[in-house]
Amino acid sequence: MTNAIASWLPWAVVLPPLVSFLLLTALGSKIRKAAGWIGSLATLISLIFAFRALTAVSGGATLVADPLLLLSYGDVEVAFGADVSPLSAIMLVVVAGVSFLVHVYSIGYMAKDPRIAVYFQYLSLFTLAMLGLVVSTNWVELYVFWELVGAASFLLIGFDYMRPAARAAAFKAFIVTRIGDIGLFAAMILAFAQTKSLAIADTFQAVQSGALAPNVVTGLALLIFLAAVGKSGQFPLHVWLPDAMEGPTPVSALIHAATMVAAGVYLVAFTYPIFAQSPSAQFVVATIGAFTAIFAATMALVQTDIKRVLAYSTVSQLGYMMLALGAGSVGAAIFHLTTHAFFKALLFLAAGAVIHAVGTNDITVMGGLAKKMPVTAAWFVIAAAALVGLPPLAGFFSKDAVLASTVPGYPAHFTAAVLTVLLTAAYMGRVLWLVFFGEARDAGRHAAAHEAPLVMRAPMHVLGVLVLVAGAFTAPWTGPIGRVFGALGEVAHAPLWMAGLTTALGLLGLGFSFLCVRGAIPCPLGDPTRAAYRLLEERYYIDWFYERAVGGAAALFGRFAEAVDRLVIDGLWRGIADALIVSGERADAAGGGQIQRYNAVALFALVVMLVVFALSMKGV
Amino acid sequence: MTPSELMQYLLFSAMLFVLGLFGALTRRNTVIVLLSIELMLNAANINLVALSRFLPGGAENARLPHPSLAGDFSATLGQTVALFTIAVAAAEVAVGLAALIAFYRLKASPNVDEMDSLKR
Repeated sequence: MTNAIASWLPWAVVLPPLVSFLLLTALGSKIRKAAGWIGSLATLISLIFAFRALTAVSGGATLVADPLLLLSYGDVEVAFGADVSPLSAIMLVVVAGVSFLVHVYSIGYMAKDPRIAVYFQYLSLFTLAMLGLVVSTNWVELYVFWELVGAASFLLIGFDYMRPAARAAAFKAFIVTRIGDIGLFAAMILAFAQTKSLAIADTFQAVQSGALAPNVVTGLALLIFLAAVGKSGQFPLHVWLPDAMEGPTPVSALIHAATMVAAGVYLVAFTYPIFAQSPSAQFVVATIGAFTAIFAATMALVQTDIKRVLAYSTVSQLGYMMLALGAGSVGAAIFHLTTHAFFKALLFLAAGAVIHAVGTNDITVMGGLAKKMPVTAAWFVIAAAALVGLPPLAGFFSKDAVLASTVPGYPAHFTAAVLTVLLTAAYMGRVLWLVFFGEARDAGRHAAAHEAPLVMRAPMHVLGVLVLVAGAFTAPWTGPIGRVFGALGEVAHAPLWMAGLTTALGLLGLGFSFLCVRGAIPCPLGDPTRAAYRLLEERYYIDWFYERAVGGAAALFGRFAEAVDRLVIDGLWRGIADALIVSGERADAAGGGQIQRYNAVALFALVVMLVVFALSMKGV
Repeated sequence: MTPSELMQYLLFSAMLFVLGLFGALTRRNTVIVLLSIELMLNAANINLVALSRFLPGGAENARLPHPSLAGDFSATLGQTVALFTIAVAAAEVAVGLAALIAFYRLKASPNVDEMDSLKR
């Protein structure tokens, strides 16, 4: 790898979406038809360069692009650099690839939307932010792109801004992830205070050389993790992710597969040198991840909105990735992130095709759609099987890699993760049987259903093939892909008994949900009046708690602060002003037009001035 | 006239001024107020005339312990200024009395404390 290519290649990956963003911003509605193709072309260029970068770093080297020096203040430099390590190369390919497919799919999905140019403008911004985040070399640069990801997702979730639910969801996503962003900001300040440098590499070096106290390292790791919890929808900041379903379905695919939620996992993987020095922080990451995995899976069991089921499954799968990171296996986490990006994007695109066809999100009114939409149904089934983790699909290998990474040292976490496999199979089975098989529950909708157009089917075919083959990505015979995964550290291979166990549990869950949906056996959660069902339906009352208790307390404090401001602070200044006005009026009234009183006052003032003058001149 | 005799003039002038001031500030009748203002102006005139004799070139300048010889003021400078003051005072009284007559026609009262139309 010569330096000449290294100096521009990372920028060549990042900049095409910027160009298309600026182009769409400038030309806007004039090029409605072409907007989607411009955005798609830009991401395709990014994808090609990302592949080039991936092959360049597959040996384990890092591409270091020429940085753009932006700020220099004394000894502190804030340089926007662009490095591509094996880790970021994988992320670049996944992000650009999924983004490209989502772009193409959106051309069909959003064809009738009058604001299609704005949509692709936001999509380009989103892709740009994520690619920029992945190549960041500086805490400030990282933070800027991190916030851009959040801002772009806010715009896209609230894209349908005429609907109050979409607005509320966008606000919720922005505010909840903002809690996490405070963590990243605090981490940046802490790193700077400790190392006097904003370069991330300097922080890593200080951590690894032991220059920082263990407590500082743990604090730094936990602050970064807080940011990841917010972005990746981990407990207790998972509440925004299901609501983010209010955005257009391709956006959900992008947010859930490659960009927004992957940012949190990537951040922890990227800053892993810090976590590696702090066992307690790793334990926190693993515990939150394992808890989120099983906790979100239970909530997915009772959702009736097809996108919400997928949203909770995303939260659950992100829990797996965090668990792998906490257990010390960056390779397993990124492997699962990659395969998850493929099968979850496919699930969302297929779900989008279904929603497009029947005009509703409610799985209880669908049914028998496999006959009407065989291609969509086939890919959905394959992606669902990958999510459940059935061999030989991608999810089987990556999930078992995650599980295997937890075996040394984390038995409780392993148990929770294995139970999650059963829950995953149960809720995905429920969706499958309800949507694609059995009888049509709404004859009118069923009759109108049709297969999606080619521009929407083609991205699903590509993702489907990837879901079929991605399980082999860690194998050495895949060439540069295998080598680049190998550079992340060894990915644990599941022993045969574990593979058998998860496969058996997956089949058990699918079979159980099949019998439940058919009514052959009484469902534990079939009765909406039961307390357990209510608890899951109400999402453990966590959203309720945030809105009422936390939001209420915040509103109460706001009113209190407002009252203090109004009565004490405003009161003080108003009092002074009023006193001046009143004294002025009194003095004015004292004269009352009486020339002799004016004169008397003037005389008195003259006397006072003379006395003061005389006294002050005394010492001269 | 010695400097100590000068003091008698100055004291007299001061008494006259204070009497005038007292009258100008306390009497209600505008005619009396105008008269009091005349008293104050004339107190100033007495000061001017008395002091002018001690200016360089004045008749009593040589009697000072440290006679100032700088400059060449005429002995009549103070008297000239006093004449100006008398002229200005006459004009002032003329305007003042005219204003008073106009006011009297309007309000049928000569009292200065009723001259508050601009505030009411």
